[in-house]
Amino acid sequence: MTADQALLSRRKALKCMAFGGAGTLFALAGGVFTPIDLAVAAADRKLSAGLGKPLFVQISDTHIGFNKEANPDVNGTLTRTIDLVNEMSEQPALIIHTGDITQLSKPAEFDAAQQMLSRLRTTELHTVPGEHDVADATVTEYFSRFGKASDSKGYYSFDHAGVHFVALINVLQFKPGGLGTLGPDQLAWLAADLKGRSSSTPIVVFAHMPLWTIYEPWGWGTGDADQAMSQLRRFGSVTILNGHIHQIVQKVEGNMTFHTARSTAFPQATAGVGPSPGPLKVPADQLPGMLGITNVLVVERPRSLALMDRTIA
Amino acid sequence: MTLRRYRPLLAAAGLALLGWSGLQGSSAAQTAERPQIVVKNFMFQPRSLTVKVGSTVTWTNMDEEPHTVVSSSGLFRSNGLDTKDSFSFKFDKAGTYTFVCSIHPQMVGTIVVQ
Repeated sequence: MTADQALLSRRKALKCMAFGGAGTLFALAGGVFTPIDLAVAAADRKLSAGLGKPLFVQISDTHIGFNKEANPDVNGTLTRTIDLVNEMSEQPALIIHTGDITQLSKPAEFDAAQQMLSRLRTTELHTVPGEHDVADATVTEYFSRFGKASDSKGYYSFDHAGVHFVALINVLQFKPGGLGTLGPDQLAWLAADLKGRSSSTPIVVFAHMPLWTIYEPWGWGTGDADQAMSQLRRFGSVTILNGHIHQIVQKVEGNMTFHTARSTAFPQATAGVGPSPGPLKVPADQLPGMLGITNVLVVERPRSLALMDRTIA
Repeated sequence: MTLRRYRPLLAAAGLALLGWSGLQGSSAAQTAERPQIVVKNFMFQPRSLTVKVGSTVTWTNMDEEPHTVVSSSGLFRSNGLDTKDSFSFKFDKAGTYTFVCSIHPQMVGTIVVQ
């Protein structure tokens, strides 16, 4: 091997490592789930081109108002995130924010967040609240701004490009010491909403807290999520997206893909590491690599959805 | 007589003194009616507290992470408490009151009012 070749090989390896840090791309094709490392995807243009059309971008856990050591500039990291989305050559049809828009549900925090999000070139924004967005004593700040789609219930559905989207709320009812709850009213609504829909309809479900139990001692799950999953199991492609835990965790169960997104504000500890699920302090130069978004693409043949995570580094 | 043998007597005297000052409605009694709960390391400390009817309980968040104080029965609900923010509630009726942090519902506490 010549020195040049060695350098080239090293460069390639470094490039792969850099892309590897950006995450893993998942393509769901005909019920068979295929993880493709982003390093591989980036190296193969044909593959990247065949990935599909951007359907939506998931932004999560922006925590506007947070000002502690883990990230003293959450406005700056959200702005960087928005710039990245705006720079995408093909703009997504819609944006989904999976909650914890604010840190403390303060009117000024919501105002600042809305101001920043209004810079997105894609103007169709769908939201669900996180527990930080319903932390005001009257639980009105979120719903006065984002409650219209759900008649202030927090759950609603809509269709786009043949995909059925379901927004669920699991941050309003808690059993002491327990996980998030959907509640009987919402579960009954979900059953009615899905009834009569063809099993070939791709479904995207989004809520703030994970809809499967990731770590019960920290409340990372939803107590009655199983009752929602049993209703979704008959569909050929179900993508279940959450935020809340500020890191990527995913699992596949039959045709159901579960995925939690990164935060744009600060990372959190891995489940069970340390005494509590507080903000994780990392060196400033490492922070952007731990913040980011999830890009969801429509794959036409076979018709399915692909998830691609991207950091703001 | 050694000092050790005095101890029960001293303790008894101390208890009598506390009882007396409580009856007088002095500053000691006022402290008892303004009990404090500190929220620290994702825990209510103390986790369980017994107070007299009419007491006002104050919760103060000493964590960097925000917390709330939400009654399980819907009786009271604080705003989001940032670091060093406080919330108070006056308990006018006897009973057992459970509360959680709605941001971290694994955090649970109890007030017994008697």
